[in-house]
Amino acid sequence: MKRSHAVATGVVLALLTGCAPAGTDGVGPGSEGNGTEILDPATGTITVFAAASLTEVFGVLETKFEERHPSADVVLSFGGSGSLATQIVEGAPADVFAAASEAPMATVTDAGDAADSAVFTTNTLEIAVPAGNPAGVEGLADLADPALAIALCDPSVPCGAATETLMHLAGLLPSPDTLEQDVKAVLTKVELGEADAGLVYVTDVISAGPKVEGIPVPEAAAVISRYPIAVLTGAPNPAAARAWLDFVLSDDGQAALTAAGFVAP
Amino acid sequence: MSGAPRERLSPLIAIAAGVGLAFLVLPLVALAIRAPWGTLPQLLTSGPVLQALGLSLLTALLSTALCLVFGIPLALLLSQSARWRLLPRRLLRAAITVPLVLPPVVGGIALLLLLGRRGLVGQFFADAGLGIPYTTGAVVIAQTFVAMPFLVFAVEGALGAADRRTEGAAATLGADRWQVFRYVTVPLVAPGVAAGAVLCFTRALGEFGATITFAGSLPGVTRTLPIASYLALQTDPEAAIALALLLLVVSVAVLVGLRDRWLPGVRA
Repeated sequence: MKRSHAVATGVVLALLTGCAPAGTDGVGPGSEGNGTEILDPATGTITVFAAASLTEVFGVLETKFEERHPSADVVLSFGGSGSLATQIVEGAPADVFAAASEAPMATVTDAGDAADSAVFTTNTLEIAVPAGNPAGVEGLADLADPALAIALCDPSVPCGAATETLMHLAGLLPSPDTLEQDVKAVLTKVELGEADAGLVYVTDVISAGPKVEGIPVPEAAAVISRYPIAVLTGAPNPAAARAWLDFVLSDDGQAALTAAGFVAP
Repeated sequence: MSGAPRERLSPLIAIAAGVGLAFLVLPLVALAIRAPWGTLPQLLTSGPVLQALGLSLLTALLSTALCLVFGIPLALLLSQSARWRLLPRRLLRAAITVPLVLPPVVGGIALLLLLGRRGLVGQFFADAGLGIPYTTGAVVIAQTFVAMPFLVFAVEGALGAADRRTEGAAATLGADRWQVFRYVTVPLVAPGVAAGAVLCFTRALGEFGATITFAGSLPGVTRTLPIASYLALQTDPEAAIALALLLLVVSVAVLVGLRDRWLPGVRA
């Protein structure tokens, strides 16, 4: 995208003075050459705290977003939703928070660090096994087999809470050998063959590629994980944060999420 | 040097030292201030916390014992390597230093690749029905891996400072190699061994990354206090602060208490 000198200067001024344009109405990319010098609100650094299960798809979205907004720099920080929520409440200078369930988002909104949130996508659980399924895992009942090495998420993180609900619904008592701190840690244990099976999200199985096989869990349809996203009240760069959130909710953003295995709410 | 006049630090150095000290201590002060003192007794006497504390103390003790058994001989070897050629000498020192500078999570992955169920060596154990990961033994292995260098370097330092000629004297008086080691070398380096063991124990107590990667995290089996503290941060930050405070108190108590008890009058 070509930019006129005037626009570029305006951007620099906005950065220097720290005042990004307030309204986003009607302002978008492709405003060059119309002589009105409308600034792209998506400039500068946008810090996004996101659930570990969003790692790959937000990476894809980051590239697309920065192509459209060359003066924006999206900085992604992934982790367990709960610990990210704690960091935000403790004053971490993030612009946007995207969680893997509504509980950590409630922590943030209850503390007044976000006004409202919107569910932007959903995910379901699936059994992941190492390529070739060496232990012959067939379904949820195998997760209750003490003879197998089973990795699950700890109930304190969203994937673990969903796991607990799912196993309860299925009337099974899981027999985990380890309760991991986030879903990617479960996936790693499976990828390395250190776990015979683990419960992760459908999207994690897709992102892991050929090292991991997914075994669909019909019962999981009853336990949908809803992912909320919000611009934080203390966002250092609120206008750009809004642009990122709008992009995630846009058709293009949703298409990328669908391609990664997520399901629109 | 006992009668050396007291030197006064230049103001610039004193200020820098003050900033350095504040940097090290203030985060811990903040932790103590933010601790939920009112609910602390309940938080710290709950079943899961006591379980994690017990597991931490047990595994840290066992790994300190392992560090002593293998670390003291390793320190003797390192001390002897001063007479070796340059390359093997440097390689040995680097090998012992690596766990010290390696991110613990990387250490955990390396341990998995060696001792995991599909690891170079671990697969044979797994075939024999003795899987190493997910066991309390795996916690001890991870802690020993990260803590061993502390002991080796402390003992090596003591060996360097000691008068090794007494070993030769003992030998000429008829002591065999084991007797020289047991009755001369070990007492000679006892202060270094004690200091190293204390460092080793506290490092093992705080171990997180290698443990959670290699051993996993299951209450009562592999979930040590640092892992419990990290997981508590997900849902209950107050409980996490309480656990962190407990870990801090235990570590400081060991560092201050034991060091003075074992090393009366010893100065660096």
